[in-house]
Amino acid sequence: MNVFHFFLQNHEQILELTLEHLWLVGISTLLAVMIGIPLGILSAHWPAWNKPVLGAANIIQTIPSLALFGFLLPVPWLGDRADRLAILALTLYALLPVIRNTYTGIRGVDPAVVEAGRGMGLTGSQLLFQVELPLALSVILSGVRVAVVVSVGLATIAAAIGAGGLGEFIFRGLAMVNNQLILAGAIPAAVLALSADFGLGWLERRLRPQ
Amino acid sequence: MERTPATSPVIEFREVAYALPNGEPLLQGLNLEVQRGETLVLLGRSGSGKTTTLKLINRLLTPGGGEVRVNGTPTAESDVIRLRRSIGYVIQDVGLFPHFTVERNIGLIPRIEGWNAERIHRRVEELLQMVGLEAQLASRYPHQLSGGQRQRVGVARALAADPAILLMDEPFGALDALTRDQLQREFLSLQQRLNKTVVFVTHDLREALRLASRIALMEAGKLVTVLPPEDFLRSSDPLAAAYVRAFGEGPASVVNRGAS
Ligand SMILES: Nc1ncnc2c1ncn2[C@@H]1O[C@H](COP(=O)(O)OP(=O)(O)OP(=O)(O)O)[C@@H](O)[C@H]1O
Ligand SMILES: [Mg+2]
Repeated sequence: MNVFHFFLQNHEQILELTLEHLWLVGISTLLAVMIGIPLGILSAHWPAWNKPVLGAANIIQTIPSLALFGFLLPVPWLGDRADRLAILALTLYALLPVIRNTYTGIRGVDPAVVEAGRGMGLTGSQLLFQVELPLALSVILSGVRVAVVVSVGLATIAAAIGAGGLGEFIFRGLAMVNNQLILAGAIPAAVLALSADFGLGWLERRLRPQ
Repeated sequence: MERTPATSPVIEFREVAYALPNGEPLLQGLNLEVQRGETLVLLGRSGSGKTTTLKLINRLLTPGGGEVRVNGTPTAESDVIRLRRSIGYVIQDVGLFPHFTVERNIGLIPRIEGWNAERIHRRVEELLQMVGLEAQLASRYPHQLSGGQRQRVGVARALAADPAILLMDEPFGALDALTRDQLQREFLSLQQRLNKTVVFVTHDLREALRLASRIALMEAGKLVTVLPPEDFLRSSDPLAAAYVRAFGEGPASVVNRGAS
């Protein structure tokens, strides 16, 4: 039986695990964006926040993923359900690229443009929402793209703690020394990563200011 | 509210001091008055503190000592957003919003101030005409304009909400001689019609002589002298004389005769 047949026969399960995978990546990316963008703005505007925020995000990034899952396992409410745990871990990993790119994007806005805006009497929030964020958007989006691509790969490891996703095929395949099973997890994961990369990359280019 | 008689200055520096973030003093004991309807030109070499002085007026910077008054009220006591919206500001590097069309650039403050779309549109058309630009440029983005056109849009944007005061920081500095000449002429005729109180920064003596009601000469953070253009040419002040000498022959021919 070749891989193609295997995919046809198991398409329901593949689809189910792919959706599960998408859910883990989607929710954690959303959380990372909701937390990371405000933190990035904060560190871009108040230099005192810059070091601690980026430092903390950097440190998280250096913890090996299995170890992070292990650390979080005994935490009360979190450890109850594997998907919560996986989402938290994925969120933490996704934070760094989002924060860093928000910071870089806002810092990269032409100072003359910001000065003109302040000089003509824009309030802080008008300046942020009408000038800084729109101009930083493509850079922020490229951070989100990196976060998503990394998360798709990392989320396969979430299966190790029983959080589901395409990693289930991979771990089962590894245990049973079955290449087709491994590919049933790896190929859809690669397709997800590539399409996210392509789609967000396209959006990013469209939004890049001239 | 303090009562301001008609003759009182629109902008007033009283013993203003300003130090750089590293503590080094930049401006010291600066006293200066700008009268209603005049064009005061701040002239001085690079680094003499012209931009800094300008930014003290719309409180992009705050004085470390003394006070700056606009319409009789110390800027430190006024609502900074209202203050800035009542002052048009044209910066050295133009600073148009690259993600907005010309129309949105010019109409931003009116829109924030709650004007309706129709009124904004009419105002933008009027302003484009005023600064000598064709109406169809309204839908372009800044990167689709020439440097001279961008400067004109910058001026139009500063005039959008019809402020009584205009601050202009070397607005024509980066332009070729012919375009600069044309914009200076247009500035003079515009100023004759609008009669704004203008503080204009330049390091070009010819430009200063041509546009100024009075020239304020700055050097190393100090005000050297404040004189009308014709007196500036005859000034016995060594620095003013050095400027005139450096400028070579013929400066007298350009002196601004339009201003009172
Ligand atoms: N934020 C700052 N930090 C440090 N130094 C500064 C800062 N802003 C201005 N300066 C210094 O203050 C001095 C005066 O600056 P300012 O911009 O007022 O000069 P200027 O007269 O406008 O010069 P130019 O004609 O080159 O625009 C310069 O020596 C400049 O290096
Ligand atoms: Mg300057």
